[in-house]
Amino acid sequence: MRAGKSRLSTLLFISAVVTLLVTVTTLNQLPAGHELHVGNFMVSLLGKYLTYAILAVAVDLVWGYLGILSLGHAAFFALGGYAMGMYLMRQIGDRGVYGNPDLPDFMVFLNWTELPWYWMGFDSFAFTALMILLVPGLLAFVFGWFAFRSRVNGVYLSIITQAMTYALMLAFFRNEMGFGGNNGLTDFKDLLGFDLRSDDVRLGLFIASGVALIFVYLLCDSILRSRLGKVAIAIRDAEDRTRFLGYRVERVKLALFTLSAMIAGLAGALYVPQVGIINPGEFSPLNSIEVVVWVAIGGRGTLYGAVIGALGVNYAKTWFTGAYPEAWLFALGLLFVLVTLALPKGIAGLRWFPSQGKKEGGT
Amino acid sequence: MYCRIAIFRIVALCLFFSSPLVRADVNTGIAELDTIFTDFYEGKGSVRTEALDTLAAMPREDTRELLQGILDGDLMFHRPSDTIVWAVKDGREFTMTSLDRSADLGRDGSRKVKRLKLNNSVRAYIRQLIAGLGLYSSNATERLAAIEALIDTPAAIEQATLDELLSAEQDQTVLHALQSLLTRKQLSSDDPTIRVTAVKALRTDLSSESRAAITRVALDDEDTDVRDAATSVQQYHEQQVKIYGRAETVFFGLSLGSVLVLAAIGLAISFGVMGVINMAHGELIMLGAYCAWAMQQLMPQSIAAALVVSIPIAFIVTGLVGIIIERTVIRFLYGRPLETLLATFGISLILQQLVRTFVSPQNVPVANPEFMSGVLHINGVFSLTLNRLYILAFCLLVFAALVILLKYSRFGLEVRAVSQNRAMARAMGVRSARIDSLTFGLGAGVAGIAGVALSQLTNVGPNLGQAYIVDSFMVVVFGGVGNLWGTLISGMTLGIANKLMEPWAGAILAKILVLVFLIMFIQKRPRGLFPQRGRAVES
Amino acid sequence: MTLTSRFKLSLLAAASLGLTSVSLHAQEDTIKVGVLHSLSGTMAISETTLKDTMLMLIDQQNANGGLLGKQLEAVVVDPASDWPLFAEKARELIEQEGVAATFGAWTSVSRKSVLPVFEELNSLLFYPVQYEGEESSKNVFYTGAAPNQQAIPAVDYLTNEIGVERWVLAGTDYVYPRTTNKILEAYLQANGVASEDIMINYTPFGHADWQSIVSDIKSFGSEGKKTAVVSTVNGDANVPFYKELGNQGVSAEDIPVIAFSVGEEELSGFDTEPLVGHLAAWNYFMSVDAEANDEFIENWLEFIGDDARVTNDPMEAHYIGFNMWVKAVEKAGTTDPSAVQDAIIGVSVPNLTGGYSAMMPNHHITKPVLIGEIQDDGQFEVVWETPGLVAGDAWSDFLESSKDLISDWRAPLSCGNYNVSTGVCSGQTL
Repeated sequence: MRAGKSRLSTLLFISAVVTLLVTVTTLNQLPAGHELHVGNFMVSLLGKYLTYAILAVAVDLVWGYLGILSLGHAAFFALGGYAMGMYLMRQIGDRGVYGNPDLPDFMVFLNWTELPWYWMGFDSFAFTALMILLVPGLLAFVFGWFAFRSRVNGVYLSIITQAMTYALMLAFFRNEMGFGGNNGLTDFKDLLGFDLRSDDVRLGLFIASGVALIFVYLLCDSILRSRLGKVAIAIRDAEDRTRFLGYRVERVKLALFTLSAMIAGLAGALYVPQVGIINPGEFSPLNSIEVVVWVAIGGRGTLYGAVIGALGVNYAKTWFTGAYPEAWLFALGLLFVLVTLALPKGIAGLRWFPSQGKKEGGT
Repeated sequence: MYCRIAIFRIVALCLFFSSPLVRADVNTGIAELDTIFTDFYEGKGSVRTEALDTLAAMPREDTRELLQGILDGDLMFHRPSDTIVWAVKDGREFTMTSLDRSADLGRDGSRKVKRLKLNNSVRAYIRQLIAGLGLYSSNATERLAAIEALIDTPAAIEQATLDELLSAEQDQTVLHALQSLLTRKQLSSDDPTIRVTAVKALRTDLSSESRAAITRVALDDEDTDVRDAATSVQQYHEQQVKIYGRAETVFFGLSLGSVLVLAAIGLAISFGVMGVINMAHGELIMLGAYCAWAMQQLMPQSIAAALVVSIPIAFIVTGLVGIIIERTVIRFLYGRPLETLLATFGISLILQQLVRTFVSPQNVPVANPEFMSGVLHINGVFSLTLNRLYILAFCLLVFAALVILLKYSRFGLEVRAVSQNRAMARAMGVRSARIDSLTFGLGAGVAGIAGVALSQLTNVGPNLGQAYIVDSFMVVVFGGVGNLWGTLISGMTLGIANKLMEPWAGAILAKILVLVFLIMFIQKRPRGLFPQRGRAVES
Repeated sequence: MTLTSRFKLSLLAAASLGLTSVSLHAQEDTIKVGVLHSLSGTMAISETTLKDTMLMLIDQQNANGGLLGKQLEAVVVDPASDWPLFAEKARELIEQEGVAATFGAWTSVSRKSVLPVFEELNSLLFYPVQYEGEESSKNVFYTGAAPNQQAIPAVDYLTNEIGVERWVLAGTDYVYPRTTNKILEAYLQANGVASEDIMINYTPFGHADWQSIVSDIKSFGSEGKKTAVVSTVNGDANVPFYKELGNQGVSAEDIPVIAFSVGEEELSGFDTEPLVGHLAAWNYFMSVDAEANDEFIENWLEFIGDDARVTNDPMEAHYIGFNMWVKAVEKAGTTDPSAVQDAIIGVSVPNLTGGYSAMMPNHHITKPVLIGEIQDDGQFEVVWETPGLVAGDAWSDFLESSKDLISDWRAPLSCGNYNVSTGVCSGQTL
């Protein structure tokens, strides 16, 4: 019965996203003065929300189904974003302010004479696409390899993931790192030869984000319904018991954690061309906590819950910071407190799954 | 350069006027004063310093007072009457008296009365002039200042004058200063043996002036013996500088460590003892710092007292806030540490925004009291800044108090009982809910006092807490959760490690390296330096 | 069934909520002016004041009959100190709200973030903060100081008036201090300062533990030559820096610190006692004795309703920028950005220091440079000023990469970075 529900919700989810994509695309084609016209601003905004939704799914995968509260997912998101940003910087070519065909402006400015080795290859999109998945994946793999093997878990794991993203943030702030320091990477011109500032490209990125969300959702859904997913849930609910039953807990954790990081990287890569800038602020520990909050509010342990949370909170943020800038932090803060106290399963947990298992109770 | 010229002149003047130690008591020359001040007010560069020289050389009793008045901004220019007056601020107006204090000139608005323009070089010049006038002063502090102003230009004072001063001086400190002045003067004596003695006498003086003088002698002196003596002293100096440099680094490390420990120790209680991840901890520190500010606003006259009073006030205020948080939110979340993280993060946002809305989004100023500013002078190259020293001591004091409280008091016993085995403690009649509130309140209160300490070092603003929260968690986790000693040692270790790496890695890289080290350390020893043992440890 | 419809509903609700805010068309009888300053997050400390300044200026303009017979309407948004959000909000202002011009941004990164948006949608941005130069956009007007309007005169003052021979260039590690220090290093070396007499130090944002650095500065300054610190330390890191200087007994008379990011607003959060005598270089100080300034301060105190508030340099920049825009719109007879771009070059308006500032063809303005010493009341005493006005230079003459570049937005050149040696206009997106 559970499987039936899950399949149904998947179907519904996909149709909802497709509806959104089709509606927005259609309404965007209407003439600008029309009442129902959706402006380019809104298209970009929704595109950004969709990439956040992908990130939220990634976090939910490890938190909701594996019990790992990662406070470092912003790092994977930002790394994916930086990989994309580096490709976009290379595409600028000699159109930079100093007109140097080989070096991005900030390197000319730092008196660098040649491209550092880690920038090599980023003029190829295929290589970049690979790096977008590989760099966050590799970091997560190495990090997880050590952490899970030494059975760092719970709060400790959360805190060292936070230390990781904090260290990366400080590192990327350094100008000597060769990633543009505090200003990050910006002033992108085109992507795969298309002008990033054209409306069609913007719409295309929005659609790509939606498609990526569907793909990621299906991927996670199928994994979770597989044997691997079942073991993951078992680990979440009783790690030691699962281990005693003979499952290689570390491997399961490592596999899903790495996958989750790669998904976050993908989200970051889609995010950057739509907002037009990537800078070290994206690594900030606060950002990671915010993602966790979207998932908590939407409902962890349900993929669509994570998506609802990401879209809902971000929409609220956009609206509040426009209408009542001062009240935004009050509202967000209260939302956290109330959701944790009253809705431990988030919005998605309102009715459908009346308290799942007996997870609470003390240590 | 100005200063040296000033000294030459003043010493010459003093010799001229003051051989009988009494200066002519003639308050003539108001007109002359006027030209001097006009020159000073309107002139630029050397015109102004010459005006000051003339003023200092005037045979008036109040020369010193006038110079001080310029320095302190008590002498001002009154635009309507085009004169220089003594002005005292009184509300939005100034009360004015004439230059020789003889006539009351009424009051005028603040835009009519202008300050005399001062800049650093003029300020320094005036200070030198005042110091020069003080060589024969009856006040020992003034004499000392005058001598210290001369220390780098010993040639400005005649040997005979120096001898005369030495024989007349009664005060030990001043005498000591005179002797070092004499030593410095002897460095340029004609007799090589005197020079050698002087060089040797400077061996124990590590001040930068003395080191520079020795370096000069080691390079330039025509006599080989003198040069050799100077070179050996110079080497000794360099060695000492190196040793004290290391000592200084360790002190910097300890003082950074004490800040980390102070920030983390409240967390060590709420996180370590109770298992609550309090993301609002940083904001409790911030509230403590605002208490220090509020007390200074209430007691603007006695900054030091306000600071002392704000320690218990901050403890009570943040402790109460902590208890309220515990009663309304955290008690529903025991056993779900990750969820306390979310809820308290929400609380931290609310607290920040409360401060922004009801106090100000801007930083607020918190003054350092007199007793905390300045340095503890150990020698010429090594001195400890007093406020860091106080904070280090304060940190150890807070730590000791907490250890004693938790180890030897009834309350401490109950806290430990509840944290080790809640059910058993309840069975023994411990009111665990009350203990929970009080423990959390204690952690919060300690965060509040940490805030008072931090207000002496850094910005007090709504973002204060965020700057410390990540570091605090690192300290607690590194030290081992639930172990106060672990927190102390880990904080100090991280502080020193940071400062040892800073010189070669730079401030940013040092911090990154410390973080990377921490991550690797936790992989190796997941429960920190001093892990909790026993059955109570959660699986 | 309930289950499915509910779920669908929630998703659709999320989607449609997004759409409701779409089509609020601009009312035709007002001219909208965008205000893009962070009201929350880390930059709120500085930027909130500028938002209020803009509201005051717009109020005053309306009270004086508006512009082109219409009332002005301020559209305030909050980019929350989040750089990508700056770009998003800029797009919202231009596309959704249809603002005629925008006044905003503070940090370099926020300006870099919005710049492509303004260029793409051809709208106008007035940027009021001192910055690192090395930029000139058709759509941006830089009313703050370029390095040659702040840093170089400051160094000249210290060299000529104070006799400084050794230099510590201390800054926060981001692009403004990096550029400024590079320019200063080149400038000092060109003036014969040996490289061992220059010490450069970078610290992270919000750096709080200055013990080692101040100790280094102290020993660097104790070698006989007069030493000064040129500080491009940013915002929050300043209080612990000055406190540590005071604690270690470094006074302004021994080693003066000249700062480019510390103004009246920042000082109001300091205990100024230990800072007296340290310096700052700006184009405006609240203490400046001029009638325009008195009037401005009076209006400001009345508008904000708090006698303790101060005015500062970026506020003056907005005052100048806003008046320039108003005058250019009147001259062009329309708010059309292209027309205003042409009209505004050469426009000259009163500044608050008793003179006039003019918009140059490179979209920078002319300003006097003032050096002030911090007084114990949190104000600055002007100790030196440039004899005349200094025109902002977009491309520094002291940097290898930009010494051949010039900027001139008048026809026929119409180029922000024209290389005079190769005759190429590069980096233009149009």
